[in-house]
Amino acid sequence: MPKENAIETRSSRKVYGAGSEAVVALDDVSIAIRKGEFFTLLGPSGCGKTTLLRLIAGFETPTSGHILLNGQDITDVPPNRRPVNTVFQSYALFPHLSVRENVGFGLQMKGRPASEIGTKVERALSMVQLGAMADRKPAQLSGGQQQRVALARALAPSPEVLLLDEPLSALDLKLRKEMQSELKRLQHELGITFIFVTHDQEEALTMSDRIGVMSSGRLLQIGSPREIYNHPVNRFVADFIGETNFIPADVHDGTATIAGDIAMQVAPDSPQGRHTIAVRPEHVRILNDPAAAPMRATVTDTTYFGTDSHVRMLLQGGTEIVARYQSEAAGGDAPTTGTDVGVSFAPGSVQVLQD
Amino acid sequence: MARREFSASRIPGFPTVAILVFVALYMPILMLVIYSFNAGDSIAIWEGFSFKWYPVAWNNEQVREVTFRSLTVATMASVIATTVATMAALGTTRRRRTGGQTFIYLMINQPLMVPEIVTAVALLIFFASIKVATGYQGLGYLIAAHSAFCIPFAYLPIRARLEGMDRTLEVAASDLYATPWQAFRHVTLPLLMPGIAAGLMLAFVTSLDDVVITLFVKSAGQDTLPTYMLAQIRRSVSAEVNAISTLLLLLTVILLTAFFLLTRKRD
Ligand SMILES: Nc1ncnc2c1ncn2[C@@H]1O[C@H](COP(=O)(O)OP(=O)(O)OP(=O)(O)O)[C@@H](O)[C@H]1O
Ligand SMILES: [Mg+2]
Repeated sequence: MPKENAIETRSSRKVYGAGSEAVVALDDVSIAIRKGEFFTLLGPSGCGKTTLLRLIAGFETPTSGHILLNGQDITDVPPNRRPVNTVFQSYALFPHLSVRENVGFGLQMKGRPASEIGTKVERALSMVQLGAMADRKPAQLSGGQQQRVALARALAPSPEVLLLDEPLSALDLKLRKEMQSELKRLQHELGITFIFVTHDQEEALTMSDRIGVMSSGRLLQIGSPREIYNHPVNRFVADFIGETNFIPADVHDGTATIAGDIAMQVAPDSPQGRHTIAVRPEHVRILNDPAAAPMRATVTDTTYFGTDSHVRMLLQGGTEIVARYQSEAAGGDAPTTGTDVGVSFAPGSVQVLQD
Repeated sequence: MARREFSASRIPGFPTVAILVFVALYMPILMLVIYSFNAGDSIAIWEGFSFKWYPVAWNNEQVREVTFRSLTVATMASVIATTVATMAALGTTRRRRTGGQTFIYLMINQPLMVPEIVTAVALLIFFASIKVATGYQGLGYLIAAHSAFCIPFAYLPIRARLEGMDRTLEVAASDLYATPWQAFRHVTLPLLMPGIAAGLMLAFVTSLDDVVITLFVKSAGQDTLPTYMLAQIRRSVSAEVNAISTLLLLLTVILLTAFFLLTRKRD
């Protein structure tokens, strides 16, 4: 039997409002999230990430399309009957209840016996290291502690899927890093499917098994962090994740030609014709001898960043590109402005974009 | 010269006007309280300090009767008004915004805007026809009338509280397996409680001191404390009324202080 999907959306569409004020928040999103995976939805503000989570949690019904849980259609099942819990961006802790009561809320509503609630709450609290704070009210906790209560509250009823809507965005950098590894550890230990929302590309790359990149209500690409980073399908994805050089090129039979006569190998199944190719700055090599290199460029600007420098150059053919120059590895300082240098792209690093 | 923000307290004559307003507001009340401790039975000539009017008022069978009636009406009316107001507030804030919203607010707050005398006459005529039809003469008319005009006083603090409430909390409750009723019972209602208590107190105080509508609606022998006092004062001026007023004042101050504390506290 093939491994089931925890969550599936089929051509899910969500339109807010009606008539001239209608906003298409989600446009035909189909996605399959595997059991036990750490899946991240990544995209700029307003692209529909929260809307997709709300559809999965059941707070909204899709305008059209279906939501499936373990292969069962749950499109019309209310949120209180879905084994899916949410960690809200604003935490949404109940201010009138103690930490213990907050964490026990889900189990209490499910009508579990008091003894079971007691042990499960203790376990959830110790999981997030908040056992000592059990009798406090949320207002008496720091932001990071509230965040962990929200996590414990969502985990205590043992959901099949945990939805996290930018849970770390309110935390400072240090706490954020700590919580990132803590979340990763918890997900690994519990084996629960995590659907994590962020607009921070670094967070997405370091934490996820797979990433779904969204823009304007559409799902542009799904893949592992490595696939997304190394093989972005289009300009938006390439631009959103990391820095990228874009160069216009003619692509034919596995060869891309730039600046009229410089040919380079690309994947044989790349789209044919006039396209843009993408090369990451760390894949751009600078050679001091222009004659020995396939391409020539003139340095226009060098910015020093400590371990490496960003060298901005005008490539022959007139395209501006950036190289990340590692002084240590290259055994010398980055070339200064005005120098003519040779340039090559690392083998296999050139990606042809769809549009 | 440094620019300073506008402040009303720097308008010439502001302190004088402010003091005059406070004197006008509180001087009569202060006099009333002082003369409730007068040893003589005049409310104009001071004859020494005494507590005697308080036991006199307390031992007056009629005073006790009308006080009990006032408290009964105020309790019933404020409970009914607050229940209705709570449902109205839920109805107006817990649904999709539509164009009719302003109209609904106006309808609910109608007793605040329609002159009280108009409401009184309307109720008199309306209840008279019911009295003729049913023969019922009881306290029900007063309770119904008071309930109606107390609704906006209960509604306003409850609505304010609901509008300040984070809707995500109710969503979170439903996410954590609460049925809509459980979410209301375990999240919305407890968070709404300070607003409901404040509404209850405002409605109670409003009912307790109503004169106009009560005068028009009450049947014979259904005097409430304020209408009784009015009748007494017309007949003969007695320091007994001062003592009763002072006690009413004390009760109102206690309730309004509690209201203030409840609405100020934010969690
Ligand atoms: N209740 C609503 N009514 C109308 N439009 C809405 C509503 N909720 C969201 N939208 C619109 O739908 C689009 C997607 O919103 P959504 O909240 O899903 O974005 P997001 O990706 O979560 O953004 P962010 O990163 O800022 O949280 C936005 O254009 C937003 O303005
Ligand atoms: Mg969002």
